Amino acid sequence: MTPGPAAPSAPTVWRDAAHAAALLAVDPHGLGGAWLRAPAGDVRERWLAALRRLLPEGTPWRRVPLGIPDARLLGGMDLAATLASGRPVAQQGLLADADNGVVLLPMAERLAPGTAARLAAVLDRGEVVLARDGFAFDAPARVAAIVLDEGADDDERPPAALVDRVAFCVDLTALSLRDVGGEEITPSAARVAQARALLPDVRAPGDIVDALCAAAWALGIVSLRVPAHALRAARAAAALAGRRDVAQEDAALAARLVLAPRATRIPASEDGADADESPPESSAEATDSPPHDDPAGADRIPDELVLAAVHALLPPQVLALARDAARWRRRSASGGRAGHAQASALRGRPVGVARGEPGRGTRLAVVETLRAAAPWQRLRDGGRGRVQVRKDDFRIARFRQHTTTTTVFVVDASGSSAAHRLAEAKGAVELLLAECYVRRDRVALIAFRGTGSELVLPPTRSLARAKRGLAGLPGGGGTPLAAGLDAARALADALARRGESPTIVLLTDGRANVARDGAHSRERAAADAQAAARAIRAAGVAAIVIDTSPQPQPQARDLAAAMDARYLPLPHADAAMLSRALALAS
Amino acid sequence: MAAPYPFSAIVGQDEMKLALLAAAIDPSIGGVLVFGDRGTGKSTAVRALAALLPPMDAVAGCRYGCDPAAPDAWCEECRARPRGTTIKTRRVPVPVVDLPLGATEDRVVGALDLERALAHGVKAFEPGLLARANRGFLYIDEANLLEDHLVDLLLDVAASGENVVEREGLSVRHPARFVLVGSGNPEEGELRPQLLDRFGLSVDVRTPTDLPTRIEVVRRRDTYERDPKAFVARFRTDEARLRRSIVAARAHLPDVTVPDAVLERAAKLCMSLGTDGLRGELTLVRAARALAAQDGVAAVGDAQMKRIAPAALRHRLRRNPLDDAGSTVRVERALAEFFGSA
Repeated sequence: MTPGPAAPSAPTVWRDAAHAAALLAVDPHGLGGAWLRAPAGDVRERWLAALRRLLPEGTPWRRVPLGIPDARLLGGMDLAATLASGRPVAQQGLLADADNGVVLLPMAERLAPGTAARLAAVLDRGEVVLARDGFAFDAPARVAAIVLDEGADDDERPPAALVDRVAFCVDLTALSLRDVGGEEITPSAARVAQARALLPDVRAPGDIVDALCAAAWALGIVSLRVPAHALRAARAAAALAGRRDVAQEDAALAARLVLAPRATRIPASEDGADADESPPESSAEATDSPPHDDPAGADRIPDELVLAAVHALLPPQVLALARDAARWRRRSASGGRAGHAQASALRGRPVGVARGEPGRGTRLAVVETLRAAAPWQRLRDGGRGRVQVRKDDFRIARFRQHTTTTTVFVVDASGSSAAHRLAEAKGAVELLLAECYVRRDRVALIAFRGTGSELVLPPTRSLARAKRGLAGLPGGGGTPLAAGLDAARALADALARRGESPTIVLLTDGRANVARDGAHSRERAAADAQAAARAIRAAGVAAIVIDTSPQPQPQARDLAAAMDARYLPLPHADAAMLSRALALAS
Repeated sequence: MAAPYPFSAIVGQDEMKLALLAAAIDPSIGGVLVFGDRGTGKSTAVRALAALLPPMDAVAGCRYGCDPAAPDAWCEECRARPRGTTIKTRRVPVPVVDLPLGATEDRVVGALDLERALAHGVKAFEPGLLARANRGFLYIDEANLLEDHLVDLLLDVAASGENVVEREGLSVRHPARFVLVGSGNPEEGELRPQLLDRFGLSVDVRTPTDLPTRIEVVRRRDTYERDPKAFVARFRTDEARLRRSIVAARAHLPDVTVPDAVLERAAKLCMSLGTDGLRGELTLVRAARALAAQDGVAAVGDAQMKRIAPAALRHRLRRNPLDDAGSTVRVERALAEFFGSA
């Protein structure tokens, strides 16, 4: 492909970001919010301040701390009021407090999937459905979420469930304070207020709807929420311009702000050269025919104009954005944080309560304690006034610290292995994955070939994803064994720090021929591999070495010894035998 | 909340609708699992079903919504009524109960009523979500993110049809027969095999990939959001027709026969696919019978079997769970083999 697309200029980026803020201020809940990619700092604050200024006076504006417990997020029992009044008093959570307002999710790239799912449900329904601590009620929570993403690299992205539910994707990463100062480009708060009043009357002609859907599809956007959001954004844009009918330019703005950042491919009409642009990767899309080839759709869409507008607006940005989006998509397909082990014994999955006093290493189960005390209130003080809790009533919460086991597969995809064993190794890994699935373990996959190693699959529990990663694994090239081992140790270290128990499963013939510095030298490569293996031993990570060479090789055996790993020579073993051997070994 | 999106207005997703309707006609099919892409209207369909179902008779004042016509399934309170008293009946909507993420165990199974206990010193049971879902549907969005201890609870209750509460000095049991409807996104993680097996039917939903359908989805959704009342009114006759067909199918269900040849085919189909246990066969036959009742035919035939077999069997193939993407294909291949190509 020819030189990379020019990144859009800073003023353009900021103007778009300001537009997004204005549209969001017109229809906060309808548009869901924004995914704001920027490091913490003045630029981000400037954007947030602009948004806040455009919202009506007194609009709730709440920060959701990262590890927020359900009792605060969704609601639960108000302990102080309950004890004071002697009857259960409910307390609404932060999301209900923020009704008709905005919630900020700092460090969303580290948000747990469970929390993300709760937020997603609330964004969908516009209310909190609570069933906790003896209370069951629905509380309105029509909020917009600002997903603050400080992720430094593509490995860190907010949960896809949230990103899918917010209309805008604003990337301020490249901006400095100099780029955002000076000129005031956002409309006034009064204009936005007028637009808000006008919004219910704004109509979108059918061909605009069609065009936005077509444009989204042409850009390779699969989720139907995205064109729906674009439509709402177009409507907000029309309201902002004082129009009662959505015009072409409103749709173009919406396409630019909502659709472009999520593009995963470039409409082909213009750049045939980009035909190899990777299509969306999930299996769902693998079978898609390119939409512009669809004759059924082609004749009924009067969308050339908007598509042309999209084209005119996008090419410089969209290549960069699309590539970025595709990378992000790959990453999102890893859902990595699904199994974060809890760091403290006070956390983990609640598995019930037990009688006992709170103290070292235990936590009071407040509601259960009150339940235990409740039957005795009459006897203790005649049922009037404060709740009397005695020592006997104390209940402590019990948690099961679920240590996640993560199996890190390190697969030798080099030429020497690839020729005859890679397919077999893939088969073995698949079988082992199936076992991990039954045990609810997580798996990760590192492949090494050529001059380095690649984390093909970050730790995940999703087998569909694991299979995809495995199937797409190319073979050939040198054997940078040390690089593969180093990557495995780094990953295992990171997992161990999070309280998980990693196991490394190395599939190789042990014949390293690429050293750590990329030099092709058997001696140095072997020495480096030995050093890397000893480092794994020093780190105390459990390991298994599966020798995939046709005849058992001393190299692999030595490597296993250096790693203090189990050694399984498996000449001519088929995948099923490999799997059985490993089940015995581990 | 505004009127829910009408069931008959859902564009495409025929298999999901088929499975939900089959479960509505014959709850003994054992639940529906809807797994698939984001933004495909999984939750919408379940909520729409709630509005679609014809109301049912319940014993007035019963907290578990016991069926006046089925004394065998009554709760203890209904049983404890003195004999000979006439039972008052009321018409209630079929419950479709949400099990929200973050729900605590006490609200799911029910617990000591704190308010009455604290204020009046009365030991009383406050029923939970399982009680509310009795004779209806229990919907778990993001079923794969549900906490394990809740999953265990649900499995137990769904299997026995009875909720047994032993906590805080309470000892309560009450009927909790419900159709479990789960939805989720496989990208967020797999479902535990035990839970998977508990669902009678399993449906894969995919975002539609042809443009006219996609446009129709966005258009309808947009029209609905702008004026829910008018939109619902537009589909009122369709909804009424569908509702009548469910009522008719339920009435017709006991009369539908299953010819021996069909049973044999079902058995052979399951055998060739290597499904685990008898549950697959049973579900297949039951679901096909529900479809036959809806079609208004006297006996189950190949047509019904073919339509429902993928949903009834795809999650039961002895697998390689990695091969999920291919399980539909495998079922279809076996179908073509046994029933000839469609």
